[in-house]
Amino acid sequence: MHRATIATGTTIAGVVLLLALKPHHQAVPVTRPPAPEPSPSGGGAKAAAANGTYRGQSVDTEYGPVQVEITMSKGRLTAVRVLRAPSENGRDREIAAMAVPRLTREAVAAGSARIDAVSGATYTSEGYITSLQSALDRAHA
Amino acid sequence: MPEAIRHVEHVMGTVVTFDIRTGPSPAVAKALEEAVAWLHHVDRVFSPYRPGSQLTGLAEGRLTVGECDPDVAGVLRRCAELEHLTDGAFTGRPGGRLDPSGLVKGWAVERASTILHDAGALDHCVNGGGDIQARGESRPGRPWRIGLTDPHRRDRLIAAVTGHDLAVATSGTAERGTHIVDPRTGRPAAGLAAITLVGRHLADVDALATAGLAMGGAARAWTEAYPGVEALAVASDGSAWCTTGFDDIALFLPREGMSLPGRSQGDRSPGNS
Repeated sequence: MHRATIATGTTIAGVVLLLALKPHHQAVPVTRPPAPEPSPSGGGAKAAAANGTYRGQSVDTEYGPVQVEITMSKGRLTAVRVLRAPSENGRDREIAAMAVPRLTREAVAAGSARIDAVSGATYTSEGYITSLQSALDRAHA
Repeated sequence: MPEAIRHVEHVMGTVVTFDIRTGPSPAVAKALEEAVAWLHHVDRVFSPYRPGSQLTGLAEGRLTVGECDPDVAGVLRRCAELEHLTDGAFTGRPGGRLDPSGLVKGWAVERASTILHDAGALDHCVNGGGDIQARGESRPGRPWRIGLTDPHRRDRLIAAVTGHDLAVATSGTAERGTHIVDPRTGRPAAGLAAITLVGRHLADVDALATAGLAMGGAARAWTEAYPGVEALAVASDGSAWCTTGFDDIALFLPREGMSLPGRSQGDRSPGNS
């Protein structure tokens, strides 16, 4: 039970993280971003472009379909809403209720970290394509 | 923030990302070209997979060290030192065949970073297939932030580290299966799903991460005692541990589903001491 909570949480956090890294590749904007705010000096054009609310595609996980919506402000992940979580029965709903607030904090922490590069076990040329580093490279290309 | 340069190069069987935050200039552009050319040069000389590489010639006895590029002797010497330093957990001769790959990539990426640095590109990060040399800062006043992937879910970060001059290398079984063989037993390394080492110089850190994976649970005490290096490892059972100094460089640490500080003996494979 406790284990299931954790697994669900981490799965969703993974989806959220990917969204945070490349919203314009994997997510569909559901609300028009507000008119770009004047960039603070030192802020890049990229930060302004990342403003808005984005709805991720529903992803099938081993625990069931998961869909999240994230809010970006000045390039930072500021909020996560879970639109769809595994909730076929009461127990799963209970799990989701416990997991969601927790994963939101985790994901916001990770998104706010604004990672510059990603280290992991050495990837091949093929493995690079699906790596987080590749997502970062595309997001900043 | 000045305009950044990002360049992605396929070389050495992997992909190397150059992320240069020092503003563009002809000198920086030239240094990037040199750094890329350097990596291809290393691949030609040191690749154990290329029939025409000097390393292959050396392994097959067609060439002597004296006939090779001067760097070859230096790399082989360093391999021997690392082997001694890690009590055999690192080897430049896996399976008895000459193959210093465990050192070469990290060493080559660190040198590429030095080429950039010497040309005035003080703020940059070079990521060679997941092993990183970062210098300076990512933007004025902000150190680099390096995420570490979860070996069990590679689209997720389990932790992140931060600093101005950082070498970060991860060795794991996730990407290429159990490709690391413990040179002391001749069997695939067991016990750790991944280990990340953080230090200053990627040449050392990358090789030591490879050694750490071969050490398994014993890597905890070893990295704790080794100066200038911090480590974070995820055991095969999902538990995690890190060295006591890791907290000082961490932006965030594993939390969900991981016991931290975890069991030092995550190695449950039979017969492995």
